[in-house]
Amino acid sequence: MSKSFLVDTTLCTACRGCQVACKQWHDLPAENTVNRGSYQNPADLSFDTYKLVRMREEVIDGKLNWLFFPDQCRHCIEPPCQDTAGEPTAVFTDAATGAVIYTANTRGLNAEEIRESCPYDIPRKAEDGTLAKCDMCNDRVENGLLPACVKVCPTGAMNFGARDEILELAQKHLSTAKKKYPNAQLLDPDDVRTIYLVGYAPDLYHDKAVASTSKYGITRQAALRKMFNPLTDIVSRLG
Amino acid sequence: MGSNAAENHPISFKYVTEAQQKGAQLISVDPRFTRTSSKADIYAPLRSGTDIAFLGGMIKYILDNNLYHEEYIAWYTNAPFIVGSAYDFKDGLFSGYNADTRKYDNSKWAFEMDADGVPKMDRTLKDKRSVFQLLKKHFDRYTPELVSEITGTPKASLLEIYKTYAATGAKGKAGTIMYAMGWTQHTVGVQNIRTMAIIQLLLGNMGVAGGGVNALRGESNVQGSTDHCLLWHIWPGYLKTPRASNVSLAEYNRKWTPKSNDPLSANWWQNYPKYSVSMLKSFFGDKATQSNNFGYDWLPKVDDGKDYSWLSLFDEMYKGTFKGFFAWGQNPACSGANAGKNRKAFAKLDWMVNANLFDNETGSFWKGPGMDPTQIKTEVFFLPVAASVEKEGSITNSGRWSQWRYQGPKPLGNSLPDGQIIMELGNRIRAEYKKGGKLNEPIVNLKWDYLTNGEYDPHKVAKEINGYFLKDVTIKDKTYKKGTLVPSFAFLQADGSTSSGNWLYCNSYTEKGNMAARRGQKDAPNNIGLYPEFSWCWPVNRRIIYNRASVDLKGQPWDKEHPVIQFAGDTADGKYTSKKWVGDVPDGGWYPMQNPDGSMRQDAKYAFIMRKHGHGQIFGPGRADGPFPEHYEPLECPIEKNLMNAQRINPTAPIYGTKADEWATCDPRYPYVATTYRVVEHWQTGVMTRWQPWLLEMQPQVFVEMSEELGKLKGIKNGERVKVSSPRGALEATAVVTKRLQPFKIGGAVVHQVGIPWHYGWRMPTGTLEESANLLTPATGDPNTRIPETKAFMVNVAKV
Repeated sequence: MSKSFLVDTTLCTACRGCQVACKQWHDLPAENTVNRGSYQNPADLSFDTYKLVRMREEVIDGKLNWLFFPDQCRHCIEPPCQDTAGEPTAVFTDAATGAVIYTANTRGLNAEEIRESCPYDIPRKAEDGTLAKCDMCNDRVENGLLPACVKVCPTGAMNFGARDEILELAQKHLSTAKKKYPNAQLLDPDDVRTIYLVGYAPDLYHDKAVASTSKYGITRQAALRKMFNPLTDIVSRLG
Repeated sequence: MGSNAAENHPISFKYVTEAQQKGAQLISVDPRFTRTSSKADIYAPLRSGTDIAFLGGMIKYILDNNLYHEEYIAWYTNAPFIVGSAYDFKDGLFSGYNADTRKYDNSKWAFEMDADGVPKMDRTLKDKRSVFQLLKKHFDRYTPELVSEITGTPKASLLEIYKTYAATGAKGKAGTIMYAMGWTQHTVGVQNIRTMAIIQLLLGNMGVAGGGVNALRGESNVQGSTDHCLLWHIWPGYLKTPRASNVSLAEYNRKWTPKSNDPLSANWWQNYPKYSVSMLKSFFGDKATQSNNFGYDWLPKVDDGKDYSWLSLFDEMYKGTFKGFFAWGQNPACSGANAGKNRKAFAKLDWMVNANLFDNETGSFWKGPGMDPTQIKTEVFFLPVAASVEKEGSITNSGRWSQWRYQGPKPLGNSLPDGQIIMELGNRIRAEYKKGGKLNEPIVNLKWDYLTNGEYDPHKVAKEINGYFLKDVTIKDKTYKKGTLVPSFAFLQADGSTSSGNWLYCNSYTEKGNMAARRGQKDAPNNIGLYPEFSWCWPVNRRIIYNRASVDLKGQPWDKEHPVIQFAGDTADGKYTSKKWVGDVPDGGWYPMQNPDGSMRQDAKYAFIMRKHGHGQIFGPGRADGPFPEHYEPLECPIEKNLMNAQRINPTAPIYGTKADEWATCDPRYPYVATTYRVVEHWQTGVMTRWQPWLLEMQPQVFVEMSEELGKLKGIKNGERVKVSSPRGALEATAVVTKRLQPFKIGGAVVHQVGIPWHYGWRMPTGTLEESANLLTPATGDPNTRIPETKAFMVNVAKV
């Protein structure tokens, strides 16, 4: 059974335990940062930062909100980056979990094209051109452990499990969230394995919270496949 | 209020989140919109230092709208007590004030007693001199309009919060408060908590499931260290440090053992001598005998009326009155109020021992900013200590659970557990004193046998804390053998036949084993999440104290769905005929106050067993600054006049007078209200987190948060470096210009507030200018506790 995340941002307090746990498990170095007038740090995802809690202050209906968005790879069901890479030794989907995995072989590929193909702008390259991003803690998961970011989350914002169970959980969280956030919605639940639940319009959280095909473009192959798969798309929008 | 749980107690917020999902409303009141506020159902801002005005308005709201729990306050609180005619309150002063000493004579606040020496009461609460009527009169001035002018909180927000919270006064409903240093670190710190305690008593929220006044502790084991006498004025188990006037053990016990003439008052502290003598037996073992007052005379006594708190210690150190200093697991160069004064004080010492995980600004003060090492005589010794996970022992959490922890990794390098260092230190000092010296008895007679094969043994200490029978003792027909562990504090004796290092922990390590190490996952029969077999809770594994206030006079729970305890004794002819409580360990197993037929019982006890008169204290005549809370401005504030009364500041607040203690109120040079706080990414002064690159990556620099309006006024852009200054010091910080702070309207004028985290210091990260926010904070504090007023003071902010 393939796996999925549910990231319920209505429960996220931006404690950033997930951000640190990710660095710890992957033994990623800290970046040299400065305070830029925001708590959000580092400023963006990078080759050394796979998980980043994005923070925005937004006045919605006259009330201030501090919106948190723990950004990470969505592990798309049909990953455009994989199609764009076209090199199974560099970018492939783990059959057991559904994790989209990047290897050191990404170094020889066109990094810019792969990044641009991602509807969520996730992959980042090193100076030598190698690409990196969230790997679903596939090593942990295949050994029966939760991804590090989920294990550490104190509030229940980060969830992980078998895809059907997560889809069910997502509906449950959605109906709870709607009591407080009438416009709560799940983001692209049929297309991705990292399903976000947001309380307000997704672009208030992050410009790339949802896939925007018109804005970012997808590969021809992916577009073609989408055409044959319209029904699930409609269902998800109704969700 | 007074805390920011999502950021500073993130695990506690897990349970807040769960409660919200079950329909609980979360209210966040804070000068700035925090990560907690981001999850709150209702958020309201208030100006730092105005919590009593805010909460006083709630008291008035509850009273005006009859939203209090009448039966509860009539029977479980001192609302019906009649206050003596000497009590008065006028122009912001309670009766008994002496302007020269800046102290009250609190005998003026005494209750009226009947012929038997029992407080007079009017359970109908109608008597004009009853606590209830005096409370009404006192808080009548706290109108929403005036409160809003003082706090800057919009009136509509005040009323929304008052209404929402006061709804928990309904029978069977509960509301709770999670507070932290945002309430305590003020010149009115104790009265901030008192105000909330009064609200909780009025609403019947003490002793019930989901109620209480919950202190979120700043360190995982602050509760444990306080229980075991971290503070100067108490001994383990909240026994009193002897005063010079307590000239003998008998005198000491007489002075501190409260007396009640009311047969219905349990007055649990009447057992005081059993606990004090048992503690002395733990200190001095066989050397403590009846004939030498169990070693009482060997112990140091503090001078009557003199303060030995943190602020006063550093004041004396600054004046050069003492030679040596152990900085053990602390960093006063950054953590203490007016930290610049502390740093100067270190230079007056002959020696300092810095015991810590890492070097810090305290141990390295002599090479810090503005210091000339060639001019400093202080010799500094650094003792590397093991981290908490590298040693076995217990911690006690905010809920009073003592939890035993096994050792994880072994200590790194030459570092040692604190216990090992203390034992070795003690052994060497004892060896010196055994050679002779003045007043060496307390040292050479100390029972100091906590090593096993040369290593510190936490089990030996834990057993000593619990206590032993020191001879065969027969209690209620049962004989307890010499050398066995005492089952609970009910068995402790005042004749030297028992020992107990801390009576409150007697029952934690018994012949049944180490109770704190238990990990049972079974809930109690009442099924409200007490988990009585998981770890151990003082006192006697009672998970919710004052739980006899959770039931009505007949012993039946106010909240039938979440009963803490319930009386389940047999009944005959409308009378209870046998004693049985189910649920939590009851606060004393006596019969309920009433029989099922409504007749009063004479063998019952009042619910608040630790209070002399058995009632929760709405009127608190034991405090230094008044029996009722009253709004006073912080030492440094933005308005000339207190809008509530004629006293600007707490008339009993301590004010220190050295050159380093300069302060300025309503001074155009320092026009902005400031407060300090922590962020989730760092811990205390950052000694454990600033060395951690992943944490530093997220919060790399000290920052000052301000409103967009203030940024505009001062021409400060988001992310720019600015200088923040107070009369005591200055530091550079990055401006975070944000909507999360808003200007306040106070007394018709616009008042700006800023906030700064206090996690930083010059020692790490290196090569930067990051410094402690405590360089700015004033050395004044609460008159009861002397906790410093670091949460409300005045600063200036300017572009660098």
